[in-house]
Amino acid sequence: MFDALSDRFDGIFKRLKGKGRLGDADIDEVLREIRVALLEADVNVRVARNMVGRIRERCTAEELSKSLTPAQQVVKIVHEELIETLGGETMKITYASKPPTVVLMAGLQGAGKTTATGKLARWFKQQGRNPLLVGADLQRPAAVDQLRTLAGQIDVPVFSEPTDPVEVAAAGLAEARRLGRDVVIVDTAGRLGIDAEMMDQVRRISDAVEPHYTFLVVDAMTGQDAVNVAESFHETLELDGVILSKLDSDARGGAALSVKEVVGKPIAFASTGEKLEDFDQFHPDRLAGRILGMGDMLTLIEKAEEAYETDQAEAAAAKLLEGQFTLDDFLEQMQQLKKMGPLQNLMGMLPGMPKEMKDAEIDDREIARVEAIIKSMTPEERAKPELVDGSRRTRIANGSGTQPNQVAQLLKQFKEVQSVMKRMGGGMGMPGVPGRSKKGKKGKKGKKGGRVTPKGPATPRFDPDDPLGLGQLEDLQLPGRGPKLN
Amino acid sequence: MPELLILIALLVVVAGTAAFVVTTRRRRGPELEPPPERGIAPTTEVPDTVPPELVEEVEAEAATEAPPTLGAPPRLRDRLGKARSALGGYLGGILGRSGIDEETWEDLEEALLRADVGVATTTTMLDHLRERVAAEGITEPADLLVALKEELVAQVGAYDTSMRLEADEGRVPVWLIVGVNGAGKTTTIGKLSARQAAEGRSVLVAAGDTFRAAAAEQLETWAERTGADYVRGAEGGDPSSVIFDGIQRAKSRSHDLVLADTAGRLHSKVNLMEELSKVRRVADREPGQVVETLLVIDATTGQNGLAQAKQFAEAAEVTGVVLTKLDGSARGGIVVSIQAELGIPVKLAGVGETVEDLIDFDATEFVEALFADD
Ligand SMILES: Nc1nc2c(ncn2[C@@H]2O[C@H](COP(=O)(O)OP(=O)(O)OP(=O)(O)O)[C@@H](O)[C@H]2O)c(=O)[nH]1
Ligand SMILES: Nc1nc2c(ncn2[C@@H]2O[C@H](COP(=O)(O)OP(=O)(O)O)[C@@H](O)[C@H]2O)c(=O)[nH]1
Ligand SMILES: [Mg+2]
Ligand SMILES: [Mg+2]
Repeated sequence: MFDALSDRFDGIFKRLKGKGRLGDADIDEVLREIRVALLEADVNVRVARNMVGRIRERCTAEELSKSLTPAQQVVKIVHEELIETLGGETMKITYASKPPTVVLMAGLQGAGKTTATGKLARWFKQQGRNPLLVGADLQRPAAVDQLRTLAGQIDVPVFSEPTDPVEVAAAGLAEARRLGRDVVIVDTAGRLGIDAEMMDQVRRISDAVEPHYTFLVVDAMTGQDAVNVAESFHETLELDGVILSKLDSDARGGAALSVKEVVGKPIAFASTGEKLEDFDQFHPDRLAGRILGMGDMLTLIEKAEEAYETDQAEAAAAKLLEGQFTLDDFLEQMQQLKKMGPLQNLMGMLPGMPKEMKDAEIDDREIARVEAIIKSMTPEERAKPELVDGSRRTRIANGSGTQPNQVAQLLKQFKEVQSVMKRMGGGMGMPGVPGRSKKGKKGKKGKKGGRVTPKGPATPRFDPDDPLGLGQLEDLQLPGRGPKLN
Repeated sequence: MPELLILIALLVVVAGTAAFVVTTRRRRGPELEPPPERGIAPTTEVPDTVPPELVEEVEAEAATEAPPTLGAPPRLRDRLGKARSALGGYLGGILGRSGIDEETWEDLEEALLRADVGVATTTTMLDHLRERVAAEGITEPADLLVALKEELVAQVGAYDTSMRLEADEGRVPVWLIVGVNGAGKTTTIGKLSARQAAEGRSVLVAAGDTFRAAAAEQLETWAERTGADYVRGAEGGDPSSVIFDGIQRAKSRSHDLVLADTAGRLHSKVNLMEELSKVRRVADREPGQVVETLLVIDATTGQNGLAQAKQFAEAAEVTGVVLTKLDGSARGGIVVSIQAELGIPVKLAGVGETVEDLIDFDATEFVEALFADD
């Protein structure tokens, strides 16, 4: 649904081809596209405007390097600007010299505070700490039950009593001291930034426990309102950081940028699922690429993880690259892939995918036909497609409700795939083994690297030499970039 | 179509490799006891009988509390009164100008974008408005604003917002409540239950969220508060079974309506959406009949709301949207896009956390509130 920012530029830069420098009008046009991309990612209108202003300055002021195309340079500038805004480094959590270290959780209704409280407790536990959770949400039905259940999963104590949220928070802190717990996390009820009474309550909770860290939990799917929310909570509580929840959604997460811009404090943690282990410290570069819609390898990985038997997937990939892939394997893999969602969406997540391929309409009926044909073949035929002669072809066509020439075409194409993959595999070595870092090999783009994704898929850092991540595809030797695909 | 096969092969390679690399990475580091796994094995089969042992029945003490009487439902305008005064800010700027110029259009665009209407829908609306301005010779900013509001009201108000209560002869009507995590599904059920009780119907609520910690307890509280009958299952149990059991109980006790809660799920999670399709199929089987599937959308949701509506509609045949948390500073403009693109009506709005805070969606008031200043 969303076009990657780089796609947006395609048309513009095609017209500019040959020009070494962008004129003012060109820059205007490019900046308009950047604005739209940011808005579609839910970056606040105001924040987007400031950001576009800064990008404009850099576009006009910066020396254009000869090694990059204008498109690459602009994307690079935008990407850098995003990372700068999001904060370059992960937040360092330090501990109070006089324990316990107190953490206060705040946010809108349903943002993910209680879950994040449990997750944070798990995280502290992993750091060797002994947290105590305080259930100060006495408003939502069963909120304390929810917290107790989560805490039970990680064997962490909970304190709460049906009195008053401020009292509970204060008593919870005393309880932690009594028990010698060194971290206290206070979960609070969800509240609206415009609800004066409730905002006053959370201020009093804060005054009662004097937190070392106050975190605002923000749903990654939030839209323009993120700015208002951040402003009101920051004004009331002086936030120390933000926890971004539900990043496992397919939202672009531009709200994070808005919040960061308003609060000026780092996004400390990101939550990526409903389970307590789906939580980690935040990596800004990861989100910058996502906001820009540059291939979202991470989402792809996460989907793959969910849908795949991993060992089997890795084996399949290896087989494919060695050219020892049968139609049976192919069928199986196709079915696995379908579990990850519509193929069209997956395609969009591949970084640097050429536009023609991204836009290639993948018709589900087409896929169904491929499946039907393969399923109508005998196991023997699937292993050795060359066995399929005229009469077998007719039988398969009848069995799958297709035409004999469609069967022939499929088999021919499969052979083609095998040889393409084999060629690719030859250049890649063993897949799955993360390759060497690209750092220090600048200017060697297009060379067959030792990996499918540069630097391992976990943190696809921005490569100034390759802002579009095209090197990754060149590594893959996509047929579309060599001999014309058709 | 060689592209197709090559693309699939490519995806296999990338996904396979990625999964491998990630697993290796994850294996490092200490692991704590994992909580119960979420999700079903993606089967498409629906069991013909619901295993009774999965469902542990809980008798609600329906009689202990009298069904609540609800006062007149609050109006959106009253709720927003404190927070916003209509027509300030950029719209004030528009009205302050003597004519319609480029800046006027920019201000209108910004107003719509800030309400989360989204770039595409905003552009379409304003393009259409420009045509109207030319055709009708509109020159006054005030008239322009009226025209825009008319367009918006026509867009969001063009649907039947009534809620179905009748099922076929001998079947129990079911309202299925769906949506992403934290949208307000369970609370909405509490409000709906109160409202139906106030209208004299007997309601059963089924705790179809067997996943989230204490979700059943949360719903139970609402059942008690609203005097509804209540069925829950074991934590981690099969949601279809719980709901089916609730329907059977409602049938035997001649309740008028079943409100079925479901676990929050992201629309992008394929197996959870498959689970939801199954829940709907089972709930729609005799003696039940799903007459409404309500998608709950949080007004703070940004552009992702459109994808949510698309996927939920596909998986569960959504019949209407409940727009919650409109009492906050968010405008919920994404529903304009949802209606423009998918034609799903917004039927109800949530304006607070008590049973009284549910109102029928009113297009005119919604549009006024879109532009109100905060
Ligand atoms: N998919 C996904 N769901 C999440 C994530 N974090 C929280 N949730 C879910 O979102 C819903 C709301 O989370 P809660 O932790 O109850 O949110 P809260 O802010 O405490 O909500 P209130 O106390 O009701 O204001 C629950 O269904 C959680 O399981 C996340 O990172 N990803
Ligand atoms: N202010 C406000 N809060 C709401 C509204 N609807 C639900 N909530 C709150 O949002 C949070 C999540 O609601 P819940 O019903 O648990 O969501 P679910 O996860 O979708 O079932 C709870 O804290 C509710 O009290 C609403 O219309 N306005
Ligand atoms: Mg909570
Ligand atoms: Mg719920």
